[in-house]
Amino acid sequence: MKKIILLLALLPLFVMANEEVALDKAPIDASNHESLQRGARTFVNYCLNCHSANYMRYNRLMEIGLTEKQIKDNLLFAGEKVGDTMKVAINKNDAKKWFGAAPPDLSVEVRARGADWVYSYMRGFYRDDTRPTGWNNTVYDKVAMPHVLYELQGEQTLNHETHALELSKPGKLSVEEYDTLVGDLTNFMAYMAEPAKQQRNHLGWFVLLFLGVLLVLTYKLKKAYWKDIH
Amino acid sequence: MIEQKKSALAAGVDKTVAWVDERFPLTSNIKAHLTEYYAPKNFNFWYFFGSLALLVLVMQILTGIFLTMHYKPDADLAFGSVEYIMRDVPWGWLIRYMHSTGASMFFVVVYLHMFRGIIYGSYRNPRELIWLFGVGIFLCLMGEAFFGYLLPWGQMSYWGAQVIVNLFSAIPFIGPDVSEWLRGDYLVSDATLNRFFAFHVIALPLVLLGLVMAHLIALHEVGSNNPDGIEIKKLKDPQTGIPLDGIAFHPYYTVKDLVGVTVFLMVFSAVLFFAPEMGGYFLEANNFIPADPLKTPAHIAPVWYFTPYYSILRAVPPIFNSQFPGVAAMGLSVAIFALLPWLDKGAVKSIRYRGSLYKKWLAAFVVSFLILGYLGTVPSNVWGQFGPWLGGADRATVVARIFTAVYFLFFLLMPWYTKKDQTKPVPERVTG
Repeated sequence: MKKIILLLALLPLFVMANEEVALDKAPIDASNHESLQRGARTFVNYCLNCHSANYMRYNRLMEIGLTEKQIKDNLLFAGEKVGDTMKVAINKNDAKKWFGAAPPDLSVEVRARGADWVYSYMRGFYRDDTRPTGWNNTVYDKVAMPHVLYELQGEQTLNHETHALELSKPGKLSVEEYDTLVGDLTNFMAYMAEPAKQQRNHLGWFVLLFLGVLLVLTYKLKKAYWKDIH
Repeated sequence: MIEQKKSALAAGVDKTVAWVDERFPLTSNIKAHLTEYYAPKNFNFWYFFGSLALLVLVMQILTGIFLTMHYKPDADLAFGSVEYIMRDVPWGWLIRYMHSTGASMFFVVVYLHMFRGIIYGSYRNPRELIWLFGVGIFLCLMGEAFFGYLLPWGQMSYWGAQVIVNLFSAIPFIGPDVSEWLRGDYLVSDATLNRFFAFHVIALPLVLLGLVMAHLIALHEVGSNNPDGIEIKKLKDPQTGIPLDGIAFHPYYTVKDLVGVTVFLMVFSAVLFFAPEMGGYFLEANNFIPADPLKTPAHIAPVWYFTPYYSILRAVPPIFNSQFPGVAAMGLSVAIFALLPWLDKGAVKSIRYRGSLYKKWLAAFVVSFLILGYLGTVPSNVWGQFGPWLGGADRATVVARIFTAVYFLFFLLMPWYTKKDQTKPVPERVTG
C-alpha cells in the first residue's frame, strides 16, 4: 500500500520528465498584415466559439489593416459592438460538463505557452478512440479539446513505432495549406497576446538613439568638468 | 539694458533664497550634501550603483503611482486590470514594463552596490550604521518584490506567494498563526491580495524611504569610503579644511553620475523595449495564466533575485519532519550580511591591499552565490541522480548543499581568514 502511494506521489515527476516534446518553429511575422488578418478570421470563426479573448477589442484589429466596416461585416456575428472585447456566450459550467475542462481565455495564450507550442499543438491532433472526444494530441497528451479544425486538416493517426503523425484521411486543405492556416492563426494569436509589441520595438530604436546622443553629451560634460582633477 | 535686467533677476533670486534661509536651512543643506560634500576623487565603476539605485527607486515610485490608478486589487479583476493597462491605457504598456523591468534592475544595481561595499570594506568602522541601514533597505526591497509579485495574480504570483507564506508556518509555535495573519485567510485569496497591495504600495515604501534617508544621512556624516579604503578626512588642506583627496560631490560626481545614468538607461531600455520578459527571468511565462487555486504548476520557482536563498532553503534537509531548519537557514543567509562589520578582522579595508587568502574566499562566495542562484531557477532533479553509493540523491541538491556550506563559511570563517591574511601596506593618499 505504501509503495503504491509513493508511486502515485512520484508520478508527476515521471510525467514531467516525458513532457519534453520537440516543437516546430511557428512562422511569426507581426509586420505581415495579410497573415494577421487571415489568422484573425480563423480565430473568430473557429476558436471564438468556445474560447474567449476577453482582453482583446475588435476595433483594435484596425491596427492590422482592417477598417471598422470590414470588422463589423466579417467578424461580428452576434450583435457585438466594434469596441467590445472578444467574449463568448458559452457558459463556463456547461463547458466544464461537456469537455471536462472549461476552455481557457486565449488573450495571452502565446505569452503563457509560446508561439511554437500553439503552432505545434494545432497541428498535433490525432485519432485516439480511448479518449472521450476521440482525439488526442502529441503536444498536450489527453487534452480535453476535440480537433476543431479536423474538417480542414483531415484525420491524423499516431504511428506508435516511429512516434510520427500520419495523415490517414485528407481534409479540405492540403498539408501545406493547413500549415499556412495554422501559421497565420498562431501569428495572429502572438499579435493578440501583446498588441503593443510592434510599437514597443519601433520606439525602442528611437529611445536608444536619443540615449546614444545623450551619452556623447554627458561624457563630454564630464570630461570638461573633470579636466582639472588629477 | 539686458545687463541691468539680469542683475535685477539675480537679486530677486538672492532675496528669495535669503528669505527661505531665514526660515529653512536650504543653502546650508545644499552645501552640506552637494556643493561642499567632499567625496574621494578616485571613485571607479563600482561607485555608480548607489546613485543608480536611487534613480530606480524614484522610477518605481513614479510608475507605481500611475499603475495604481488603473490596477484593481481584487482576485476577480486583478489579472484583467493588468492586461487592461497593457492594452487600453495610453502608454500603459510602457509604464508597466518600466515597473516590471525596474523591479529586476533594482536588484541588479543593489547587488552590485552591495558587492562594492564588500570588496572595498565600506561596512567597516566608522560606516557600520550605513551598512546596517543598507541591509534594512535590502530586506525592505525583498519584501516589496515579494508583495508586488502577487499583484498580477498569475499562476506564479499565486503559487509563489502560497509557498513563501507557508514557509512561515514552519516556524515553531507561532508559525501557523503568523502565516494565517499574513494571508488573512487559510489560503492565498482575495483578502491576501488586498493586504499585499497595501503592504506594497504604502507600508513598505514608507519604511524604504525612511531607511534610504537614514542611509544617506549616515553616509554624509562620516563621508564616503573609496577603492583604496583610505579615510580622506585624515589629510586636510590646513587652510581650507577640505580633504586633499576630496572633490565636491556637485558638480564633479553629479556630472559623472549623469554618464552612468545614461549608460544604465541604455541597458534598461534595451531590456524594456526588446526583451521585457528577459527570456522568462523578469516576467515568467506561467504568470500569463490567471491564478488558479486548484491547479498547482509543475515547477514553482521564485524570480531570479530570490533564487540563491531559495536554493539554500531547498538544500537544507528537514529535521524531525520539520522544514524549519531550511527556513532558518534561508533567513540567516540574508540576515548574516548585517554581521559583516564585526566579522571582518582584516588590517585593511580594500581588496586592493588584502592578501590571496581573502580573495580566494571572496571568489568562492561569489561562485556559490551564482551557482545557488542558477540552481534555484531549475527543478532539483535537473542534473539527474547519483548512483546507489550516494543513496540516489539528486546531483543538483548535493551541489547546492556544498555551495550552501561555502556560502556560510565565507561569513563564519571571516574572523579567522581576514586576521591570518597577508595584507599589503596601504598608501597615504588615494591612488587614482
